Amino acid sequence: MTTPASPPLLIGCAAGFSGDRVDAAIAVVDTLIARGGPAFLIFETLAERTLALAQLRRRADPDAGYEPLLDDMLRPVLARCLAHGIRIVSNFGAAHPLAAAQCIQRMARELGLPAPRIAVVSGDDLSGPMHRALLRKELGDAMDNIRLVSANAYIGAEAIAAALDAGAQVVVAGRVADPSLTVGPAMSHFGWGADDWDRLARATMAGHLLECGAQVCGGYFADPGYKDVPDLHAVGYPIAEIDSDGHCVIGKADGTGGCVSLASVTEQLLYEVHDPAAYFTPDVVADISAAQLEQVAPDRVVLRGVRGHVRPENLKVNVCHEGGWLAEGEISYAGPRAEARARLAADVLRRRLPALQLRVDLIGALSVMADDGGALQAATPAGDARDVRLRVAATHADRDQAERLGREVNALYCCGPAGGGGVRTALTARLNTLSGLLPRAAVPARFEMLENAT
Amino acid sequence: MSAATLTVPLYRAAHGRTGDKGNRSNISVIAWDAALYPLLVAQLTEAAVAAHFAHRRPSQVKRYLLPGLQAMNFVLDGVLDGGVNDALNLDTHGKALSYWLLDMPVQLPAALAPLLKGPP
Repeated sequence: MTTPASPPLLIGCAAGFSGDRVDAAIAVVDTLIARGGPAFLIFETLAERTLALAQLRRRADPDAGYEPLLDDMLRPVLARCLAHGIRIVSNFGAAHPLAAAQCIQRMARELGLPAPRIAVVSGDDLSGPMHRALLRKELGDAMDNIRLVSANAYIGAEAIAAALDAGAQVVVAGRVADPSLTVGPAMSHFGWGADDWDRLARATMAGHLLECGAQVCGGYFADPGYKDVPDLHAVGYPIAEIDSDGHCVIGKADGTGGCVSLASVTEQLLYEVHDPAAYFTPDVVADISAAQLEQVAPDRVVLRGVRGHVRPENLKVNVCHEGGWLAEGEISYAGPRAEARARLAADVLRRRLPALQLRVDLIGALSVMADDGGALQAATPAGDARDVRLRVAATHADRDQAERLGREVNALYCCGPAGGGGVRTALTARLNTLSGLLPRAAVPARFEMLENAT
Repeated sequence: MSAATLTVPLYRAAHGRTGDKGNRSNISVIAWDAALYPLLVAQLTEAAVAAHFAHRRPSQVKRYLLPGLQAMNFVLDGVLDGGVNDALNLDTHGKALSYWLLDMPVQLPAALAPLLKGPP
C-alpha cells in the first residue's frame, strides 16, 4: 500500500448481531488504545427481523425497543472509550434510538463520567400512520389488510458523518445500512464527499468485512481437518485500518483466538453479496469484481481493487407485519427401528391434522437440508437411523388451528408408536416481511444531539 | 473415466459460506488453489448447480466469477421456502446449504491430488 500522509483510521467492531458476545468489546478497545491514533468502536446489532421484535417490545414498554443487551455490551468499555477519544457508532438504537441514548447517558452518570455528547440518528422509522400513504404508494396493495409491526428504510452514512462532524462521541442509530456504520466515521475523519464513489466503496467493503463481528476472524468458519481455527472459544473481533483512500487492512484484537486469513476474509467478503460488480448500499454501489486480497502478516489481510459507482436513487425499505402462528412439536425415538417408528409417528400426525400443511424433519436422518415441501425426503429412501428426533412444523392464521399441532404431538405419548419420549412443543407469533424501494428524497435522515450533554 | 482422473467431493477442492436475503441464497465457492479454480469453473456451471439443488426448485441460478479471489458466487433464487420469516425449516436462513453444494462430486486430474484438503 502507498504510505498515507495521515495515520490510518482504526475501526473495531464488537458485535455482529443482536445477541452477540457481550465481552467482545474489551479486547477490541484494549487493542485500539494500545495502537493509538484515531479510532472508532462500532456495534452492529440489527438483522431483518430484529427491528420488528424491538417494535413489539416498545409497544409493551414505551422505554424499551432498543438493543436489550446494550448495557452489558457498553458498560465494560464506555469509560475507557471516552477517556481515550474512541468514538462509538452503532445501530443498537433499533426501534427506539432516543431511549438507547438516554440509557447511555444514565450509564455515564452512574459510572461517574463527564456527560458524553450523544447524537441520535433518525428518519429510518416509517412505522407511524403518517408514513402509511407513502408505503402504500411504493409497495402497492400488499400493504392492504396487513397488521404492520415495523417499517424501516435503510439509511446511509451521511447523518452519522454529520453527527461526528458536530462533535458526537457516541452516535446511536436505528436502521442504517450495516456498512454505513464504518463509512460514516471514515467520511467524517477523512473529510470525503458524499460522491467520492471509489473511497466510499472501499470503506463500504471494509464495513462489510467488519459488520458480522468475528465472522471475518475465523468465527463461523472452522471445519476440523479442513479449516482449523486456533482458540475458537476465544475468537477475536475485527479491527480495520483504513487509509485516506479507503483501502483497508483487516486484523483483529490482540491476544485473542481465531485467524484472519485469505480464506476467512474471502468467505466474509462474499457473504450476502449477489452481483459482485454491484453491491448496493444507500451510500454507493460497490464493485468487488476485481477485488484482491493479500496476507501481509499473520492475521493481517489487505483488500485492494474495490471500485465505486453512483449510489442508488432509491432506498430499501423492510415492512414487518403479523403473520399468524407457527406451531412446532418434537418427539424422540431411539434404538432398533427408530427411524421407522419416527416415520410412522409423522404419518399419524399427517392424518390427524389434515387442515395443516406439515413440514416433517427426521433429525438424525434428514432435516435442515430438506425443503418444506418434502421433495428431498420423498426422494430419499428410508434409512435405519437409530436416534431420530421427529420434528413437525406448520403455520396457520388461526391460533386454534395451529395449537392442535402441539396437542397431537403430545398425544403421541399414549397413542403413537412405541418408545417415543421427550416431547417439546411451541407456539410462536410469526412476523412476515415485505420489501420494496422508496425514493431517497421521501426519507430524510437527520441527527440531533441529546440534550443535557455538555 | 480415465485412471488419471479423481472424483472427489467439492469440499476437498474448495470452501464456501452461505448468505441469505429474503428468499434468495448466495453460496461462495473458493478454490483452495489457483490451479484448481479453472477446473471448478468448468464443472460448476449454473445448470449443474441448479440440478444439484433441484429439490429446492430454484427459479434461477446465477453464477458470478471472481478470478482475483479464485472464487465463484452462486445466487439461487426461491430456494429458502420464503426465507427467514416464512420458512418452516429449523434453518430458515439456509445456513447449511453451502455444505450441500460442497458435497457435489467433481472430477480432477489425479496429478492435482496434493492440492486437495482432507484425507483421501
